Amino acid sequence: MSDPITQAGTPAPRPGDDKPRPGMSERSIGLLGDRKKARLDELAQASAADRGGISLVRDAMRRLKRNPVAIVGGVIVGLFVLVAIFAPLIAPHDPVQRFDELTKGLTVDTIPGASSGFPLGSDPLGRDFLSRMIYGARQTLFVGVLATLIGLALGVLIGAIAGAFGGWVDVVLMRLTDVMLALPSLLLAITLVAMASRSSQWTVIFAVAIVSVPIFARLLRGSMLAQRESDHVLAARALGVKERNIVLRHMLPNSLTAVIVQATLTFAVAILDAAALSFLGLGDPDINRAEWGLMLGVDGQRYFEVRPELAYFPALAIIVVALGFTLLGEAMREAIDPKNRR
Amino acid sequence: MQARRLKTAVAIAAVAALAVGAAGCAESERGDSGEAKTGGTFIFAGAGDPKNFDPIFNDDGESFRPVRQMFDTLVSHKPGTAELQGGLAESWEHDPEGKVWTFKLRQGVKFHDGTPFNAAAVCFNFDRWYNMKGAAAQSQMIYYMDVFGGFAKNENEAAGKPVYNKCEAQGDGTAVVTLNQYKGAFPGAFALTSLSIASPEALKKYDANTVKQNGDSFEYSAFATTNPVGTGPFTFGGWDKAKNEITLNRNPDYFGEKAKVDKMIIKIIKDESTRKQELRAGTVQGIDFPAPADRKALEGEGFQVVNRPAFNVLYLGLNQKNPKLKDLRVRQAIAYALNRQQLVQTKGPGGAKVADEFLPDTVLGYAPDVQKYEYNPEKAKQLLKDAGAEGLTLNFYYPPDVTRPYMPNPQEIFTVLANDLQAVGIKVNGVPRPWNGGFKDDVQQFGKQDLHILGWTGDYNDPGNFVGTFFGRAKTEFGDQSMTEMFDAITKADGTVDDAGKKAAWEQVNRDIAAKWLPAVPLWHAPPAIVVTKDVKGLVASPLTDERFNSVSISK
Amino acid sequence: MLRVIVRRLLQLVVTLIALSALIFIWLRNLPGGPVEALLGERATPERRVLLTKALGYDQPILVQYGKFMQRVVTGDFGNSIRTGDPVTEVISRAFPATIELALAAMIIAVGLGVPLGYLAARWRGRWPDNLTIAGTLLGISIPIFFLGYLLKDVFTQNIHWFPPSGRLTTGLDNTNVTGFFVLDGLLTREFDASADALWHLILPAITLATIPLAVIVRITRASVLDVLNEDYVRTAEAKGLRHRTIRGRHILRNALLPVVTTIGLQTGALLSGAVLTEKVYNWGGIGTLITDSISGGRDYPVLQAIILLAALVFVVVNLLVDLSYAFIDPRVRVR
Repeated sequence: MSDPITQAGTPAPRPGDDKPRPGMSERSIGLLGDRKKARLDELAQASAADRGGISLVRDAMRRLKRNPVAIVGGVIVGLFVLVAIFAPLIAPHDPVQRFDELTKGLTVDTIPGASSGFPLGSDPLGRDFLSRMIYGARQTLFVGVLATLIGLALGVLIGAIAGAFGGWVDVVLMRLTDVMLALPSLLLAITLVAMASRSSQWTVIFAVAIVSVPIFARLLRGSMLAQRESDHVLAARALGVKERNIVLRHMLPNSLTAVIVQATLTFAVAILDAAALSFLGLGDPDINRAEWGLMLGVDGQRYFEVRPELAYFPALAIIVVALGFTLLGEAMREAIDPKNRR
Repeated sequence: MQARRLKTAVAIAAVAALAVGAAGCAESERGDSGEAKTGGTFIFAGAGDPKNFDPIFNDDGESFRPVRQMFDTLVSHKPGTAELQGGLAESWEHDPEGKVWTFKLRQGVKFHDGTPFNAAAVCFNFDRWYNMKGAAAQSQMIYYMDVFGGFAKNENEAAGKPVYNKCEAQGDGTAVVTLNQYKGAFPGAFALTSLSIASPEALKKYDANTVKQNGDSFEYSAFATTNPVGTGPFTFGGWDKAKNEITLNRNPDYFGEKAKVDKMIIKIIKDESTRKQELRAGTVQGIDFPAPADRKALEGEGFQVVNRPAFNVLYLGLNQKNPKLKDLRVRQAIAYALNRQQLVQTKGPGGAKVADEFLPDTVLGYAPDVQKYEYNPEKAKQLLKDAGAEGLTLNFYYPPDVTRPYMPNPQEIFTVLANDLQAVGIKVNGVPRPWNGGFKDDVQQFGKQDLHILGWTGDYNDPGNFVGTFFGRAKTEFGDQSMTEMFDAITKADGTVDDAGKKAAWEQVNRDIAAKWLPAVPLWHAPPAIVVTKDVKGLVASPLTDERFNSVSISK
Repeated sequence: MLRVIVRRLLQLVVTLIALSALIFIWLRNLPGGPVEALLGERATPERRVLLTKALGYDQPILVQYGKFMQRVVTGDFGNSIRTGDPVTEVISRAFPATIELALAAMIIAVGLGVPLGYLAARWRGRWPDNLTIAGTLLGISIPIFFLGYLLKDVFTQNIHWFPPSGRLTTGLDNTNVTGFFVLDGLLTREFDASADALWHLILPAITLATIPLAVIVRITRASVLDVLNEDYVRTAEAKGLRHRTIRGRHILRNALLPVVTTIGLQTGALLSGAVLTEKVYNWGGIGTLITDSISGGRDYPVLQAIILLAALVFVVVNLLVDLSYAFIDPRVRVR
């Protein structure tokens, strides 16, 4: 399900906008892939077009601060991250401890509701639901960030190599990412989990991460290609700076804005996909871990009629956080879009 | 012309759909489509696909559900119990050695195809099983192998020595089955659904013995897939796989209590919460295996929730490959550390009971006076200390992705047990493995675990079917090859023919297992439930899930 | 054009062969498997050996793969481990179900999405626009299995407007012609079956449509906005052409181009969503088949055939969208 979000809010491609860009693989997998690619390339070029990285960021920040969408998104994301970081301080209890007060009234078909000391009541195992929700932010952030980072790292590696070297390396690597880009994302993730010999939190993170690799790869490569011929790179080359240093010092940092924007959007997809995997019974098997997707996909489903809050709260948390990241990401994308600069 | 008709049809359908959707007149729609239903179709939701309908090639409850409606066994169970009563055989007797079994057969019984049931038919079936050819076919006869050990010609050296010797028909009414050796499984095993008697004519006509191996899978005969013929209260109607419906029709010539409904449909719905929702929507009249969490709510809404008497056991396996676990004190410490009462209270399905032995108390050989391990964390700590096993770390294997009647929610059971163990200072390292993705292989074949949860649903009323299956011989599951004392005691008990001696021998085995051997800790007996609407009358739930739906009627 | 198609098809064959080898070998190296699934609790070492040999899993993996390919060439993908049905039969039974569901979802998404997107663009910045945008944001942020669960709970359990699961009312006698139940009812003039099938289709289709709907609304909106600023639209307006003519000939026709592409792009998302939707509604399609053959019984023959089929479908759809793109916009030439 990563397709829709990264797709949404795209500046509308215009007819005739699809002419091949320099260095673009001629034997592309087809327009379907091209469309996704074109969108990524556009984002890539947006950040690379302005060579003064600092001024670009400052410029974008200025626009972001004025955008209410960005503010709402930023506040949600900020709160989420704060809760995640300070979970041990905020949460009233240990999220994995079973409490006698709660287990006393617990049977397979009754789960105690709110009581003193336990404002949200019990979870299916007699643990404090509120604390689990709070720690859930932490685990969810962990899964989302790691999945995004792994996807990013692999994508950046592939994209940077392709973009920096060009030629046949580029063709081969991009062909690979094209194929991956063409696969339905959740199906890819399901297949990966099914093909993992053992399921764990890491298979989920990895499966969700792999889905975003081609997106980052194409983004990075586009940005690099756009810069290869740009003035500051040519100047550096003329001054005799080593090719490796040009890539590391000049080209990579300039591509980062676009990558950060994409990472923000990818995060939302990551937590949604992780929840979907849990729902399908292919998620993290350790129910001791408080993670929203897991709580929604397993307990929320099983005890929906006994205590619907077990589904509602994690679902709401996921929706709000996914929304926050999407809003922020899209506002950022808009902010760095040269079309909006003045 | 064609095109216009199609257009009109589309328009009509669209209008009809709109009317249904918008006005919410679901009731009338249901009435239209289900007219026969109130007149006598019983729709029951099962939980999975059957494999096929040839009794001998099947070994699981989902396949047995339809098979039990179409076939009968020589010996059957008193409805609602695991006690034996006459089936196709009115009575039976055996010689003192338990080797020669004489069955007096019911007279005037006919198979669905009109051919007569008689002694020759019985012997035809026994000989068919014994003489089965082909590795593919033999490998599918799980229960036959379990009871009769091997074949006339074993296709694989892994099969054992045959227990069956011969079957003789004495006239039409008497069949004499001769065995090479006695086993405790008899006569209970003659009631196994797998050993149902099928029509010899149909078996021949539809090529029942051919199980074709096609690459990495099997293909079954026409008898098994489209033409099963038995003597049961229902005849085979069909299996619509696009709709997941198995249709069974009333057999008007059934020798026993004739079916009250004209038709029975088994609807396959794998998701337990969807089964419940369909029941509520009134589209099915009964469901099997409701989620334990839903039982109370359904009862409150007026549905009949029937708990089957528990005929299963869930246990915590202790693998003695780990030298620490070889020490009885450590195993006992684990037993004391577990708050099984609380486990049953918080996570047990309605009607679950703490298990002290590995067999339910309705089975012969259950000893009322075994050593019990009441929850006692202090004693557990002390025992661990005595054994020098403080700070023990154990790998605990569990299957996170499965629901079994004795184990509705392994993830939660594991979490609760691990919690208890950690409370006495045992460090638990949880290892989740998918049920069909390595759990049983790791646990039973490779013995990688220190602890694991697993269980069993009994097949017939015999202690050997429980205790013998678990501990009757060296198994990697429990990691010990040297508990010969236990293996011998079980083999001896299983070979005892007279009832009193058998009872005494098994009771002693159970006492010794609890006090001396403790290869595993029994956790609970959990009754699986069956739910029907309040209009359904006459359903008798069986501990063996051996429900025959001929007694079911629908009042409206 | 023809050369392109031929080349694509050749690429397709090579890709599929490579993929099949990879999947076949990988699956068989996983722990557990069909033998474990078939034996359940009743596994003993002897039974394992017996079944493993009978299934041929004891042979070298390349030999197994060779035999598999030999049969595949003749169109035989083996049999389902569970029921013994030919895999081709199992899949062709499930396929129409998924297509029916996906089509219905697409009809909802396009039928609702394009007008909504157009309206939002026309009312840019005002409340209809804001409301639509907010709705689409929510649409892509809500886990669709949860949405499905909610819809199901409300509309089938609290108010009994729709059936909770499946494709037809149990016991309804229909004739199966194509496997598309709505269509079958029309073909055989069993209109009650058609209506019943439609009635079962509504909730799952709505659930599955949410994400494509959100995406189509936004693409249409952005696209219409772009076209509105184009010179030729302003010219047309200046010329005093009728509003309807402008909307039809100039705006929508041009704005539709990216929308068509998006629809193609959404097939992927739709397949992803179908897995979840089918599980929620017990819809006997490909998605259910996938999850069942993984967690249910490790049905490798079914699983590997589905993965290959999915790859095939995707590339074909890809190709078709290329062609349709060229058809709508003559300026674009398929490379």
